[in-house]
Amino acid sequence: MISKKRALVYLVILAAAVAVVWQYQGVPQVGGPVASVLHRGLLTDPESVDPHKARSVQAGVVLRDIGEGLLSYSPTGELVAGAAKEWSISDDGLVYTFRLREDARWSNGDPLIAEHFAFSLRRLVDPATAAFYSSMIADVLNASEIVGGELPPSELGVEAVDDHTLVITLERPTPYLLSLLSAPSTFPVHPGSIAEHGDAFTRDGNLLSNGAYKLDSWEPGSVLALSRNEQYWNNAATAIDEVRYHVVTQEMTQLNRYRAGELDITDVVPPDSFAKVREEYPDELHVAPYLGVYYYGFNLTKPPFDDNPELREALSLAIDRDALVEKITGRGEAAAYSWVPPGVDNYEPRRFNYADQSQDERNAHARRLLAEAGYGPANPLRFELRYNTSDTQERIALAIKGMWAEVLGVETTLINEEFQVLLANVAAGDITQVFFSSWIGDYNDAHTFLSLMVSDNASNMPRYSNQIFDSLMQSAAEQVVPKNRRSYLEEAERELLADHPIIPLYFYVSKHLVSPDVVGWEDNVLDYHYSQHLSLAPTSVTP
Amino acid sequence: MLRYALKRLLGAIPTLLLVIVLAFLMVHAAPGGPFADQRVLPPETREALEAAYNLDAPLHEQLTNYLSGLLRGDMGPSYHYRDHTVSELIGIAFPVSLKLGAMAMLLAVCVGVAAGTVAALRRNTLLDRTVMTFAMTGISIPVFVIAPVLVLLFAVKLQWLPAGWSGNEGMARFVLPVIALALPQIAYVARLTRASMIDVLASDFIRTARAQGLGTSAIVRYHALKPAMLPVLSYMGPAIAAILTGSVVVEEIFGINGLGRFFVRGALNRDYTLVLGIVIFYATLVVLLNLVVDLLYGVIDPRIRRR
Repeated sequence: MISKKRALVYLVILAAAVAVVWQYQGVPQVGGPVASVLHRGLLTDPESVDPHKARSVQAGVVLRDIGEGLLSYSPTGELVAGAAKEWSISDDGLVYTFRLREDARWSNGDPLIAEHFAFSLRRLVDPATAAFYSSMIADVLNASEIVGGELPPSELGVEAVDDHTLVITLERPTPYLLSLLSAPSTFPVHPGSIAEHGDAFTRDGNLLSNGAYKLDSWEPGSVLALSRNEQYWNNAATAIDEVRYHVVTQEMTQLNRYRAGELDITDVVPPDSFAKVREEYPDELHVAPYLGVYYYGFNLTKPPFDDNPELREALSLAIDRDALVEKITGRGEAAAYSWVPPGVDNYEPRRFNYADQSQDERNAHARRLLAEAGYGPANPLRFELRYNTSDTQERIALAIKGMWAEVLGVETTLINEEFQVLLANVAAGDITQVFFSSWIGDYNDAHTFLSLMVSDNASNMPRYSNQIFDSLMQSAAEQVVPKNRRSYLEEAERELLADHPIIPLYFYVSKHLVSPDVVGWEDNVLDYHYSQHLSLAPTSVTP
Repeated sequence: MLRYALKRLLGAIPTLLLVIVLAFLMVHAAPGGPFADQRVLPPETREALEAAYNLDAPLHEQLTNYLSGLLRGDMGPSYHYRDHTVSELIGIAFPVSLKLGAMAMLLAVCVGVAAGTVAALRRNTLLDRTVMTFAMTGISIPVFVIAPVLVLLFAVKLQWLPAGWSGNEGMARFVLPVIALALPQIAYVARLTRASMIDVLASDFIRTARAQGLGTSAIVRYHALKPAMLPVLSYMGPAIAAILTGSVVVEEIFGINGLGRFFVRGALNRDYTLVLGIVIFYATLVVLLNLVVDLLYGVIDPRIRRR
């Protein structure tokens, strides 16, 4: 016989169990028709979803889903119409007229008009905004003066002629302008929303989107939840209803979550597990050339590397890049014999004049150059190589130290530093001698790489200064005819490579795991993969 | 007791102030800055940014600004998360760390005390040795080894539990991180309990209790457990503070947005205000928890209360 008290306890437990089961069964019924959800890995949070305050590659990935510039990119990486349906360029290459889509709207239903773009471009260069990419559109009339605080933002060379016509006037021909106008920093922001909410216009619920998706919520360090923007002009073509960006800072965790079926697409593939992943998922691993270069720079303000191009060339020659990419990095990277990566539009990278020699010939040449520079067994060259603390960096540095020692008898001291410390040291230029750095192209044009080495570029890490190179770049900037511009740029690269201010080591590749359920993924050199171009195979939609 | 508590709290203010000033000076002394990158900002852009965040003012002015902000309860904007304030980020991260930490601590104390007591009672038997071997292993194997093994086994191979945090709602996502967090703590607590229990069991009042004919379980429950808990308790104060403010390793491996990860990423990004905010939060928590432990000591041990 069960006592009354005990019976009551059993009853309560039973009731609780029923409630739990009911709750679980209730969930799918609430949702109505099943939504398709894409789960993407993201290595870091965006700094901001304000297109003018964002900075990182990851912020760009998210922004390309929730916003759209005048132009956009196709799945295969070709520039296509975005919020603008057509445009024309004046004969002198200085005036661009954009015709906006009549049906372009914000996610609240407001029409997207030309004035919104004009407002946003002015906001980008306004010093009050303090945008990271304020100098991105430096070629637009008066942009540099506005960034420098000499002119008010209203003087920017942009004008909304009517609701659907935007005119952008340039200071000099800029063939990559169209490419810039597809970048998140030139995306429109909603002026009314900024007037109403101020800086809080980006916050959950406030942010208005003109892209294929809108941002529903963002829990920093965890997940960004996006859902279909019903107001988007091309909404009918959007297949996936919801996108979740999972912030997973560890490459290995991304892999494990992919293996466990929690991610459909990873942002990265961990270097240590690369060989295993290739074996495990041969068809799901996507490795593609990417517009980025890994290089060592020389500090050109201090001996022994200032005005000694032969010495720099000797060190460049002695590195067996093919062995480096095969045995050390081993993820399909391409050995770099140029500064501009292959695959850049309308450009053929120049190559080191020794590119066609065998490594033995290069080594012999390197030894000759080193001896001519006055170094040898009696007087060995000693210097420090700095890089940021990471396994990959360490392995590369060790390999190169070995090559330099073996071929040239050079004594290299390896120094790894925290990334910020390395940046500070390189920027100060006091103690650095040879250092690691890298560059990811901002747009698909050789200019984004070559302009880095112009004397007054703030990111010119080696502090390279060559008047011939600078004037070639200047001449290229003045050309209206694409063919002429291209030949100036190629000439500039030839000059740069002959001078050896940097040692390009290899060109990056993009690396992703993409689930077989994801349809429409195309590898491309920009590594842009808009969620609106993807769909999920019917089997993967949970019933 | 109230007066004692108030006195302790007031006494903590200079400590906290010192922590804040030192931390402030140290983060600002670190090379680099929140806006440094391989993509170096043009000087005018950097100046505009520094002006926007008041970073162009002299350091002592920045410090006084920061302190006066703190008095108003404003820890400032995050320099890296430009859409968020530091208070918001701590507000998001702390509940996550708190839940995880509380569960891990609860698990550690329950299992640790039970294991330690059993080992003490069966001293030098096979059971004792087995328990202590497990404890030793728990202490020696670092979390960054245990956690991935747990993930590989239970999430990737068996697929019983989620491998990550975000997007997995419900309790399942807590299981692996809580176990990973609790394992080393279980080991510590078990060892502490065992040692202290052996001491207590050898003391006179236990012998008296035995002489009065009390059974072992009654002796442990009513007489031995409370005094044996003192060392465990003093260990728990800082341990709770540490575990509540997040474990960097566990949070990184499972991708959990707890305080630990924000702290480390903040330091790497030179997000001055975020790092300072978490340091202050942590320091306050340590001070408070130590006070609570001292007060609890009095509750458990009347001799301390009388002093």
